[in-house]
Amino acid sequence: MTAAFLLFSRNRMALAGGVILFIVLLLALAVPLLPLADPDVTNTANRFRPPFSDGALLGTDHLGRDLLSRLLWGTRLSLAVGFAAATIAATIGAAIGVVAGFYGGRLDNIIMRGVDMLMAFPYILLALAIVAALGPGLLNALIAVAAVNVPFFARNIRGITVGLAHKEFVDAARLSGLSRPQIILTEILPNVLPVIVIAMSTTIGWMILETAGLSFLGLGSQPPQADLGSMLGEARAALISHPHTSVVPGVMILIIVMSINLLGDGIRDALDPRLKSGALSRPMAATRVKREGPVPEPTLDGILTLEGLKTEFHVGTRRLRAVGGVSLAVRPGECLGIIGESGSGKSVTALSVTGLVASPPGVITGGAVRYRGEDLIGAPYERLRAVRGGEIAYIFQDPLATLHPLYRVGDQLVEAIQAHQNLGRKEASAKAVELLRDVRIPNPERRIANYPHEMSGGMRQRVGIAMALANDPEVIIADEPTTALDVTVQAQILSLLDDLRRSRDLAIVFITHDFGVVAQLCDRVAVMYAGKVVEEGPTRSVLEAPRHPYTARLIACVPELGGGRRRLEAIPGLPPPVDRLPDGCAFADRCAKVRPVCREGDIPLAPQGDRAVRCLFPEEHPSREAAE
Amino acid sequence: MGGYIARRLLSAVPVLLGITVIVFLIMALIPGDPATAILGSYATPENVARINRELGLDEPLWRQYLIWLGNMLQGDFGQSFALNRPVLDEVVERFGATLILAGTAFVLCALLGVIAGTISAANQYGFADKAITFAVLLGISIPSFFLGMMMILLFAVRLRWFPVSGMWPIYGARDAAALFSHLAMPALALAVVATGVIARLSRSALLEVLRQDFIRTARAKGVHERSVIWRHALRAAMVSILPVLGIQAGFVLSGAVYIEIVFQWPGIGRMLVDAILRRDILLVQGGVIVVAACYVFFNIVVDVAQSLLDPRIRT
Ligand code: SF4
Repeated sequence: MTAAFLLFSRNRMALAGGVILFIVLLLALAVPLLPLADPDVTNTANRFRPPFSDGALLGTDHLGRDLLSRLLWGTRLSLAVGFAAATIAATIGAAIGVVAGFYGGRLDNIIMRGVDMLMAFPYILLALAIVAALGPGLLNALIAVAAVNVPFFARNIRGITVGLAHKEFVDAARLSGLSRPQIILTEILPNVLPVIVIAMSTTIGWMILETAGLSFLGLGSQPPQADLGSMLGEARAALISHPHTSVVPGVMILIIVMSINLLGDGIRDALDPRLKSGALSRPMAATRVKREGPVPEPTLDGILTLEGLKTEFHVGTRRLRAVGGVSLAVRPGECLGIIGESGSGKSVTALSVTGLVASPPGVITGGAVRYRGEDLIGAPYERLRAVRGGEIAYIFQDPLATLHPLYRVGDQLVEAIQAHQNLGRKEASAKAVELLRDVRIPNPERRIANYPHEMSGGMRQRVGIAMALANDPEVIIADEPTTALDVTVQAQILSLLDDLRRSRDLAIVFITHDFGVVAQLCDRVAVMYAGKVVEEGPTRSVLEAPRHPYTARLIACVPELGGGRRRLEAIPGLPPPVDRLPDGCAFADRCAKVRPVCREGDIPLAPQGDRAVRCLFPEEHPSREAAE
Repeated sequence: MGGYIARRLLSAVPVLLGITVIVFLIMALIPGDPATAILGSYATPENVARINRELGLDEPLWRQYLIWLGNMLQGDFGQSFALNRPVLDEVVERFGATLILAGTAFVLCALLGVIAGTISAANQYGFADKAITFAVLLGISIPSFFLGMMMILLFAVRLRWFPVSGMWPIYGARDAAALFSHLAMPALALAVVATGVIARLSRSALLEVLRQDFIRTARAKGVHERSVIWRHALRAAMVSILPVLGIQAGFVLSGAVYIEIVFQWPGIGRMLVDAILRRDILLVQGGVIVVAACYVFFNIVVDVAQSLLDPRIRT
């Protein structure tokens, strides 16, 4: 709550709205005490005096009445009517909503049908019908505006109540023998009250506008009594000759409604958790780059090399170090596996390569990513765009979410082709069919007309692969492409990728949490833990003789290699939170071999034989070493 | 597709019936002798007798409703005693003018709102976003009737770009150019509020979509950011924007009442207000029901558009 208040007070616009509204309210309350002329005394000799004339600060109207006085009295009336209408609508609407939501069943059904019916009307028709039946007059206009807004409250509050009606504390109240009206009063009402208040704060501006509108039409307050709407309505006849009589009440309505809206928006934003977490910010076209050190010299050899890559998430004042200095390389025709638990930074590493990490909150803070020797970190957008899908292509997990749901798969393929090749629609379509055939989709001519939801998971992922191949890229980065699939389909997709790699001399970076998949496909494997590579080497030797205790534990969790799905969750404990990484070895808390020295300082990734290991006390494999 | 439309049309029947029930009940609220109340100052003995016969006002309420409904289904909405002509004729004539005004305003607010919201989202927290957000706030806070009056002062009186009011020139040809110059100001004034609401909603719908996985896929393909926003994100956001367009159409129709008064547009809103002030109850009734029915059908059109946009709800 205090955080919400802070957020609110930082919102200067909302604060300004609050202050203005407060002043207007104060004025309206103080009107009877102020030394004002009588608002209803006519003096035709003094008609249409301009503003700032003697004795009439804002001038006079068509009957010579003092405008300032009428304005303040009118404001008082408009505000009172608006608040009254809002309160009545909220009370009745909330009562209906709570009853419908709490009792449910047939009653709920009938009530909500009625509410839907009322909402199927443009609101003014209902208001006009009510005023027509009751006759013009301020009270009747108030009733009409309140009635028109009842359905809105009823529907909102019903939704909240339905959610509450099945919560444990309500069940507990039921078991303790409270009657249903009692439960509504003691358990439900206190919980929906804040929602009612917020809904009121966002609609009250509307209600003031609507009552002013009815008065403007001559259906609300009747002369000589005037609210802002009827002042404007009466002034309309003299709009062209004496505009100030229209401007004065009109501007007042604008000020009131705008300050209410400002305040309402501020309250709503302050209470919206998504705004606080930044979940509503737009990810930019490329990840933000803010290097905090020199660009590392190229030392590794490969078509794609990562050196000391650092990617962080900046959320508020917290910095989550998702990738903490990763160096990797992949050569043409080679498949490099990156394996780790979720949260180990493997996906962020992969997305950082072409700046696809959502930003905000992602920031690349250091290192280099070189494609054929050219550093892509901080490359201009047009260059990145050319690389994306053109030279380095991605395959993502769960193609139901990663393919656009509203475009045919053929169109999505054509788009991928046309993003990089200057081909006409027809040629691109023909190429799309070819691509689908390459990834062994039967009937490709018919399939291109399908929407993603019309395909099976395996077929969708083949489309995903075809899309990656569309522009004959040199490198493919596959981010858990088989995780959402069942075992047989997974095997087919893996063998398809393996064939493609051999036939096209592709470099593949394969991200997974499954050692079985690594064993089938990858030449080398890098194991990631808490944003760092902890062990790297040829797949076979890592699998047979893991050196890092973490790798060893991962492999021990796998019952037998070579098929089937295995998860890594079986290791006791959790990886450390990436915003509070411990000194020294990140695995120390879960390691059986931990010694005090492990927690002292950074542990380098040290070369050991055919691989590199980040551990002070690596596992020994005497039998294997003896055999070598 | 055809089946979907048929089902949607069928589901409108209970809504339409419900609307007639609501209007009927509201009119039954009228205090005192209904025939006299309906006729107001036209309550000559033979008129009272005629109303009593037509509406069966001595019958029980439900029979009255059925008689009334039956009459309407045969196109008989009764007689406007003030205008001395059948209600339906007057309503149809006036509604035509309202459709021109509200239709233009609706197209304007839909286009401007979606475009402004998209630009706003694409430049979140940037200058364009802030400017649009402020304009939107102003737009949804200003009463449309006041805005209309200020536009008359500025564009008609001061700058003389457009005529002050009316739908057609008093003298001169009733051609498209004349209609356009009369239509421009009221349509714009009417569109402003809805434009603000739609822009606001489009912005947040777009921001929501931009976080989704398929946007990352589009970027990973190398699609230019421009098409990422205007093709991929906007298309997906339209799924949640379209229903709001349907709702806003109701608000545009409602706002037309004020705008028609301000600009003396010969539409149904002005007719309704005049009818209420003259206590011409049957004319009010007929007008409300015809407009509400049209609005229900418009929303069916929106639903069909929705199903064209989103293949997942086509069944
Ligand atoms: S460095 Fe120490 S704590 Fe870390 S893995 Fe090696 S033995 Fe375990």
